[in-house]
Amino acid sequence: MAQFMGLAKTVLRNLFSKPVTTSYPAVPREYPERTRGHIEIQIEDCIFCGLCMRSCPPGAIQVNRGTGAWTINRFDCIQCGYCVEKCPKKCLSIVPGYTAPEEKKYTTSVVKPAAEGNAGQAAAAKAPVKAEADAKAE
Amino acid sequence: MAKRSIVPFGPQHPVLPEPIHLDLVLEDETVIEAVPSIGYVHRGLESLVTKKDFNEMVYVTERICGICSFMHGMGYCNALEKIMQVEVPRRADYLRTIWCEMSRLHSHLLWLGLLADAFGFEALFMQSWRLREKILDMFEISTGGRVIFSVNKVGGVLKDMPSDMLKSFVSILDDMEKELKETTTVFLNDFTVKSRLEGVGIITKDDAIRRGAVGPMMRASGIEVDMRKTGYAAYGDIDFEIITSTECDSLARCKVRIGEIFQSIGIIRQAAAKIPQGEISVPVKGNPDGEYFVRLEQPRGEAFYYVRANGTKFLDRMRVRTPTFANIPAMLQTLKGAQFADVPLLILTIDPCISCTER
Repeated sequence: MAQFMGLAKTVLRNLFSKPVTTSYPAVPREYPERTRGHIEIQIEDCIFCGLCMRSCPPGAIQVNRGTGAWTINRFDCIQCGYCVEKCPKKCLSIVPGYTAPEEKKYTTSVVKPAAEGNAGQAAAAKAPVKAEADAKAE
Repeated sequence: MAKRSIVPFGPQHPVLPEPIHLDLVLEDETVIEAVPSIGYVHRGLESLVTKKDFNEMVYVTERICGICSFMHGMGYCNALEKIMQVEVPRRADYLRTIWCEMSRLHSHLLWLGLLADAFGFEALFMQSWRLREKILDMFEISTGGRVIFSVNKVGGVLKDMPSDMLKSFVSILDDMEKELKETTTVFLNDFTVKSRLEGVGIITKDDAIRRGAVGPMMRASGIEVDMRKTGYAAYGDIDFEIITSTECDSLARCKVRIGEIFQSIGIIRQAAAKIPQGEISVPVKGNPDGEYFVRLEQPRGEAFYYVRANGTKFLDRMRVRTPTFANIPAMLQTLKGAQFADVPLLILTIDPCISCTER
């Protein structure tokens, strides 16, 4: 008889317990601290050395010293974290939270304020989302 | 003589997660011969070594496969560490051992689920994958990824596991062991499962040797070979026995893998108790020059990594021989004389990973 009743215990337990799965996306998933979701930059600390651009395996990062722009194509990024490891100023970090799917590929630029103390540009640097929306047209 | 017919099987088939094509020569319902052809997912990853520098290649090699990704990265790093004569810190070796065994756990649980799915036992498939999910969560907590871990580098590992994390992992595994016993008993004792697996796809010890089978496929035919016994990473300090079976059939392969699941839990427990304090990586300077061969025991069997460097940051050649490639001749042997209805199951018993095979 035992050979027919193998899964009976598990089945009975499952009948009276909560589901193992969660109702995503109604219940958002909580990511662990180390989850490699996307790359973020502290643009104030960036020295535009270009090491992240040269080390990136899929070539998703562009660094322009002239315009002071750090650009990433999040659709090409493989979240390997090699740029984070290479960055000499440790201004890159990889944080939880995946970027949303989109219909078209676009790049996201973060621009460093030209001179320190320039209130207007410093505010712009703190809001990379705005730059993202502009770059979307590309 | 019955009429012969050829039935094409794959590359798209419900039981195949990855594309492989077989031409099955049938006589009534019996398979006389199977002619394989591969080449549907070739990506040319090996030739990328000439275009990506050797440190970037670590992230490319671990993308060879989604299941043993950790070991692919580790095999490549091991080869370069030997070429560059880098002594990896002991703690890094232990961390690699723990991640390797976690990979084996989730790979074998994935296989058990796929096997249950192949013979139509949906509930068992769900239970196996439910358990596997806990391992993937452990991977995400410790490495930040569920499939691709990106924790290997030439000279060590990138992320450490603090002692409280290790303790919590061991306690998760303790709880899991009880549930695993319930689930695996079904695989080993259930009448329905036995009727599909017992005596099906026999490959004798001699055949397994002659056809160069590796991993659980070989150990299920009574051959005691396990690359972990060569003592790479921290396996030299770990006490474990090679799990073999002498029945040579599909059930034996299932038994060996189930045995290895419990063995992996034991190895993680030992490694977590023995892990020394210290650094997790050493800085590596200069470029590699020379060649090296590494042999690893992946969940599916033995894998080779050959790396030849020329003193520049680009390598000359990298070659990976994956366990599935070695197991295909053995699989063809099991197919000879099998019933047509057993073909999907027999392909599954080698735990095929076609992406690995074609790279």
